[in-house]
Amino acid sequence: MFLAKIYVTYKPSILDPKGETVKDALQRMDFNGVQDVVMGKYFEIKLAGTDLASVEQEVQAFSEKLLINVNMEVFRYEIEAITE
Amino acid sequence: MKAAVITFPGSNCDLDMYHALVDEFEIETEILPATVTDLSAYDAIFIPGGFSYGDYLRTGAIARFAPVMAAIKAADQQGKIIVGICNGFQILTEAGLLPGALQTNTQPGFICDVTGLKVVNTTSKFTNAFTKSINQFPIAHGEGNYYVDAATLATMQANQQILFTYTDNPNGSIADIAGVTNTNGNVFGMMPHPERAVDALLGNVDGRAFFSSIIASLVNQQEAIKA
Repeated sequence: MFLAKIYVTYKPSILDPKGETVKDALQRMDFNGVQDVVMGKYFEIKLAGTDLASVEQEVQAFSEKLLINVNMEVFRYEIEAITE
Repeated sequence: MKAAVITFPGSNCDLDMYHALVDEFEIETEILPATVTDLSAYDAIFIPGGFSYGDYLRTGAIARFAPVMAAIKAADQQGKIIVGICNGFQILTEAGLLPGALQTNTQPGFICDVTGLKVVNTTSKFTNAFTKSINQFPIAHGEGNYYVDAATLATMQANQQILFTYTDNPNGSIADIAGVTNTNGNVFGMMPHPERAVDALLGNVDGRAFFSSIIASLVNQQEAIKA
């Protein structure tokens, strides 16, 4: 069994209105060190299997198919082996 | 009586609320932006529905830090009437002026419907004029699933802070809760829209009792001050 932690964010070239709104709010609240905010999505997905390579392939496939819109988003992931 | 309707960037029920207050109940009302810092001239403050700051991060999460919120908290300290409808309810919970939080509906998606509301407590500033125990109110929300922890729920029940419950829970709210007050009974929030049920032309006037209740409690308050 594996646990995939998947992080989805906009491509740097895409405007992130949510991140911009949070950044504006933080700066309005006088957190003056705040330079930039990226707001994304985080998934934890448990996967059956014993072979890391095939699990990785699966994560790659379903992330591209469902979790992201390939036109405007990117994802990265970490996979760890877990006990049930 | 003088009322204020607060408009945040992304609010969209401000004019419905204004219409209800001014045209239906002849209350002197001003629409004010979220940048105002003084609400001392107003007896009642209404936070309308909509999608303040796009509902980004969480519903109400950014609105609670808008400049006007300090003035709203000051009004609460003075025991003034503060009403949050829909997104206004979400803002008041995020701001800590009402207990609990609103999360995503248990059934996926935005619900736009009419729902039955049971008046649980008719002694409050917001429900004293209700004559029917079941009233039909419009709802329109995606994040109206009210949550409080068990200890807070017990306190709220003991204090009679739950004013309305759903007859047919549309969104998964705990204990069928639809509308709640704070412990002092001057701050109220709910997801359903009384301001959309005040005009006979639109076929539903069940929301009128909500506004009549507020007016009656303010009149009583002013008479008490005079006496």
